[in-house]
Amino acid sequence: MNPKDELKILEDALQVINAKAKELGLDFYNMFFEICPADIIYTFGAYGMPTRYSHWTFGKAYHKMKTQYDYNLGRIYEMVINSNPCYAFLLEGNSIIQNKLVMAHVLAHCDFFKNNAYFKNTSRDMVESMAAASERFREYEFKHGRAKVELFIDAALSIQEHIEPRIMIRKGEELRKRRQNEHKRANYAEHPETPYDDLWELEEVRKDASADEKEKKFPKEPEKDLMLFIIEHSKELEDWQRDIMSVIRQEMFYFWPQMETKIMNEGWATYWHLRIMRDIHLDVNETIEFAKMHSGIIQTSRTRINPYTLGLKIFEDIEKRWDNPTSEEKERYGRSGGEGKEKIFEVRANENDVSFLRNYLTKELIEEMDLYLYKKVGNEWRVDEKDWEKVRDGLVAGLTNGGYPYITVQNGDYNKNGELYLKHHYEGTELDVYYVEKTLPYLYSLWGHTIHLETVLDNKSVLFSFNGEKSSKKFM
Amino acid sequence: MSGGDFVISREDWSLHRKGEIDRERHREKVREAIKKNLADIVSEESIIMHDGRKVIKVPIRSLDEFHFRFDYGKQKHGGQGDGNSKKGDVVYADPQKGQGKSKGAGEEPGVDYYEADITIEELAEMIFEDLGLPNLEQKKKPELASESVEFKDVRKKGIASNIDRKRTIMEVIKRNALRGEPGLHGITPEDLRYKTWDNTFKYESNAVVLAMMDTSGSMGPFEKYIARSFFFWMVRFLRTKYNNVQIVFLAHHTEAKETTEEEFFTKGTSGGTRCSSVYKLALDVIEKRYSPQDYNIYAFHFSDGDNLVSDNDNCIKLINDLLKVCNMVGYGEIEGAYYYTSTLRTAFKRIGNPKFTSVTIKDKSGVYPALKKFFSQTQGEAIN
Repeated sequence: MNPKDELKILEDALQVINAKAKELGLDFYNMFFEICPADIIYTFGAYGMPTRYSHWTFGKAYHKMKTQYDYNLGRIYEMVINSNPCYAFLLEGNSIIQNKLVMAHVLAHCDFFKNNAYFKNTSRDMVESMAAASERFREYEFKHGRAKVELFIDAALSIQEHIEPRIMIRKGEELRKRRQNEHKRANYAEHPETPYDDLWELEEVRKDASADEKEKKFPKEPEKDLMLFIIEHSKELEDWQRDIMSVIRQEMFYFWPQMETKIMNEGWATYWHLRIMRDIHLDVNETIEFAKMHSGIIQTSRTRINPYTLGLKIFEDIEKRWDNPTSEEKERYGRSGGEGKEKIFEVRANENDVSFLRNYLTKELIEEMDLYLYKKVGNEWRVDEKDWEKVRDGLVAGLTNGGYPYITVQNGDYNKNGELYLKHHYEGTELDVYYVEKTLPYLYSLWGHTIHLETVLDNKSVLFSFNGEKSSKKFM
Repeated sequence: MSGGDFVISREDWSLHRKGEIDRERHREKVREAIKKNLADIVSEESIIMHDGRKVIKVPIRSLDEFHFRFDYGKQKHGGQGDGNSKKGDVVYADPQKGQGKSKGAGEEPGVDYYEADITIEELAEMIFEDLGLPNLEQKKKPELASESVEFKDVRKKGIASNIDRKRTIMEVIKRNALRGEPGLHGITPEDLRYKTWDNTFKYESNAVVLAMMDTSGSMGPFEKYIARSFFFWMVRFLRTKYNNVQIVFLAHHTEAKETTEEEFFTKGTSGGTRCSSVYKLALDVIEKRYSPQDYNIYAFHFSDGDNLVSDNDNCIKLINDLLKVCNMVGYGEIEGAYYYTSTLRTAFKRIGNPKFTSVTIKDKSGVYPALKKFFSQTQGEAIN
């Protein structure tokens, strides 16, 4: 087809889909759709963004995706950016009907970005700030040499997941506390002086002593945001290095909500492309092609959970249960019925994957979908758990903290020698020892002093250390 | 643009090369990593035993993106059955080492290290970059193999059937452009260009590798594998230097015989070892089939060194005879599970000829240093 005609057809289709989506209640930013050749889409896929700093790990991701596409092993149909206006990229060479499905899918993603609580604090002009950062990184390469910048990015990326995504909430708390204290002090000042004040002072002094001890602790409270801790307290870093770390940290804040709502977001988009495509006119051939593509999207796997399928199933189930509650649900929870649509919109606004599965992945769904947990036994991976609560909890555990180990800074001046003491909060799954031993040297290069990591192996506490020359491991 | 709240467009993306640039950087890193690990990669089973596949997978741990992560093998993962899954069902079985991946893509539970794809040729190039030319003297009277015709000149006069169309058209365009009337029109006789040939002579250079191996009872599969890896690269290396490389397999215990490649690497016999037998056979083969006048001869012998002590003097004498006709003679001793103090290697220390090399290989990673030692540049220079 002539590209111009194709564009016209897509434009007309988009008008219909756009109107339909709004009619069904979706609420999204203004949309910029762009049709791109495959290697561009794959580049965006690998970088997660249209523009981002250069690094070989993106090249590696791009190479992998591109090779899979070239060998016809997999393909991305679309790419959508959480931004306002929202950018979405369609794959050149998709059939018209494929692109129609993608457009419907993408509008729902955008609705999710705009309305889900976990995206409230994401920067909506990340495209621009990432472009600016990539420009600065390039300057650093000129100034300090490509190899040096690359090595530094390698090191920063090795701990990039260790941020505190709830930082906004925490900041709020601190502010509240401080205000309360100020309030107290203000009240105290209003009290007139009395001869007995020294009695009260004693208590104050004692309090201060314990506060002093706390003061000496560094950090005062265990710090989850390892990236921030290093940016603020490392004596090794130069300004350009702090900038690189801050950029990587900001980008992680931006991507984190996408990671922690993968199942919901894909489920939501799949739910809506189904609804929208059902409502718009398709001829016989288009219907068949649509069905084929949709079934490809929700194809299940014995070794992994398909987020599209799981999310779709849960949303459909919620809608059904709130539309037609059982008599028990009516009595106990006061559901009147017919509230399905309202409920799914509420869920999409308030939950993330962890709470989504906790609250809405029911026994019936787990059994109907035949979900299980499996683990390695010798050379084989075997089904290990079928009990629905354990399966649900297992899935939730795998999603907690984005699926990454929860690690905090316990002491930034360990042995009174500026050493960094980290603790992995062990919850039943051991760390990959080889990876720990390879990651510590990166951390050392960022911190400049010995690094310790406490974790658990074989139910015993163990301390991994790296002093700049060699790693050691000792059971505690 | 329609409706005010969406735009759909198509841009020219042909200059967008970001992905390609970083991909190239990644590829560079893969090559660096491979070079650093050549010693381990050279004797990778998947390469030596490769069944004619052009592309092989090389695990490269240094290109993993290290971070704190859970031990994948100790974690429980979620999956979805077809409705009847039971506790204990096998979801996936890891392929056995050495076998290809049996299942379709997408079913294996997370690859936990990075594998780079690389062709045997690329790998060979990297390995040989470091290896010098050992005594690659061209034989004095190279065989005149063939006279051939090579088109390598362009002239203004020639035979009509040999008109070089592309160059002729270029001339037309050039001339028109110079006259200020660009375009392809009006071919004149001055524009015509003809391809012209030269007679050239092609010299064949020949090399033969005499692969000798002890197949007595003490040479197990490991020892044979080491020998196999060594010969694999040796032949490949010589092929880059000579038009024609042949390989002759000579196996021995107390007696020697010529075998097929298959027998050479798989069959074993029991009994004692008399290395002189195979040197004698090698001299025989050279005399009958590979005249040192026409062939560059490379003899290499692998053994565990457990030779009959009474035979050692004879071996030294025969090695000296071999050195007179060969470009190089090598002896590789593989230290397997057994270790003998009185070995052939000790005896060979008496040979002072720089064309003779003796190496000891303890494990798989010893193959690469052995190759390097055998084919090192300095040795080649020492000969002249």
